[in-house]
Amino acid sequence: MIVNGKDFNWKKDMTINTLLEELCLDLNTVVVEVNQVIIDKDKYAEFYLDKKDSVEIISFVGGG
Amino acid sequence: MIITVNEKTYCVDRSYTLYQLKNEYQPLADMLILNGRVTKQDCIIQEGDRIVMISKGESPSEDQMSSLLIHRHSSQIHNSLNKAVIGIAGLGGLGSHVAAALTRIGIGTLVLCDYDVVEPSNLNRQNYFIHQIGMKKTIATQDNLLQMHPYLKLITHDTYLNSANIGQIFKDVDIVVEALDLPFCKAELVNYILKHMHETKVVAASGLAGYDTSNTIMTRKVNERLFICGDGVSKVSQDCCLMAPRVGITANHQANMVLRLILGKQE
Repeated sequence: MIVNGKDFNWKKDMTINTLLEELCLDLNTVVVEVNQVIIDKDKYAEFYLDKKDSVEIISFVGGG
Repeated sequence: MIITVNEKTYCVDRSYTLYQLKNEYQPLADMLILNGRVTKQDCIIQEGDRIVMISKGESPSEDQMSSLLIHRHSSQIHNSLNKAVIGIAGLGGLGSHVAAALTRIGIGTLVLCDYDVVEPSNLNRQNYFIHQIGMKKTIATQDNLLQMHPYLKLITHDTYLNSANIGQIFKDVDIVVEALDLPFCKAELVNYILKHMHETKVVAASGLAGYDTSNTIMTRKVNERLFICGDGVSKVSQDCCLMAPRVGITANHQANMVLRLILGKQE
C-alpha cells in the first residue's frame, strides 16, 4: 500500500481508522483521499483498505 | 506627443508646461510628481513624461484606480483579477493578511467570514490596529481593505463556519482560502469543499507557528483542487506561539497561490 507517496506495510482488515491510529493521527484533523477520492469522516471505521490502494492523508496542525 | 498623467496615457500638444497641464487635468492638485520626483517648478513637458498629480486626502475615482492597476499589471491580468470572486475563511493572522494582499492586487470580489472580535493579543501578528480593539473582525477588515481599494466589492459574514453553512456562504466563490485556527475546523472546511463543492478550489495552511527558518514554508499541491501552504508541522504549543513573520510568509504564500490559480497556473 502507498501512504503519502511512500510504501506502507499493509495489514489485513486495515481500515482508515486503524491506519490513522497507527500513525497517531486524530480523525477530526485530517483529510483522507483513497485513490484520489475524498472519504467522509463517518466512513473511516468501515472503509477497508486494499494493499493496492494509494492513500493520501493531509493532517492539519493549529494556527491561523 | 504621448505622456502619462495619473497612469493614463494621453496625446497632447507639444507646447504644454507642467502647470498648464495641472490646470487642465487637476487644478486642485497640491503636489506634482514628474518622472518619479516631486517637482515645485514649472517646466516644459517632454515626450514620454510621466506625471502624477496628487490632491492630498482625495480618493482616486474608480476609473483612476483601474488605470493604476492596469498600468502596473497589464489589462489582461487586471481583467482576470477583477472578475475573480475569492472567499476567505477566518480573519486572523492569515486571513487578515491574505485579504490585504488580494485587495491590493485588485481582486474584484472578496467574501469574508469570521465570528470573532479584535483582541489586544491579536496585534502581534494580525492586520488590525489599536483603535479596532473590540470591533468585529469582519467590520475591521472591511474598513482596512476599503482604505486600500475603495471600490473592492465585499460580502461579509459574521458567523461561525461549519458544515451547515460553508456551502451557502461560499457558493459563488472560485477559490476559498482556509485561514482558520483550529485543526479540526481546517479539516472540516477542506473536507466539505472537496466533497461537496466540485467547482471550488481551496488554498489551506498548516504549520506556521514559531520562528524556525522561513525556508521550510512551502506551497504544496495535493490535488487539482487542494493546495497547502506552511511547513506542515509547526503547531501552536506552549513554547511555539504564532508570530508575525512566519504567519505573514504563509499568508502571502496563500495569496500568491490564489493569484496563480486565477491566472491559469496549476502548480
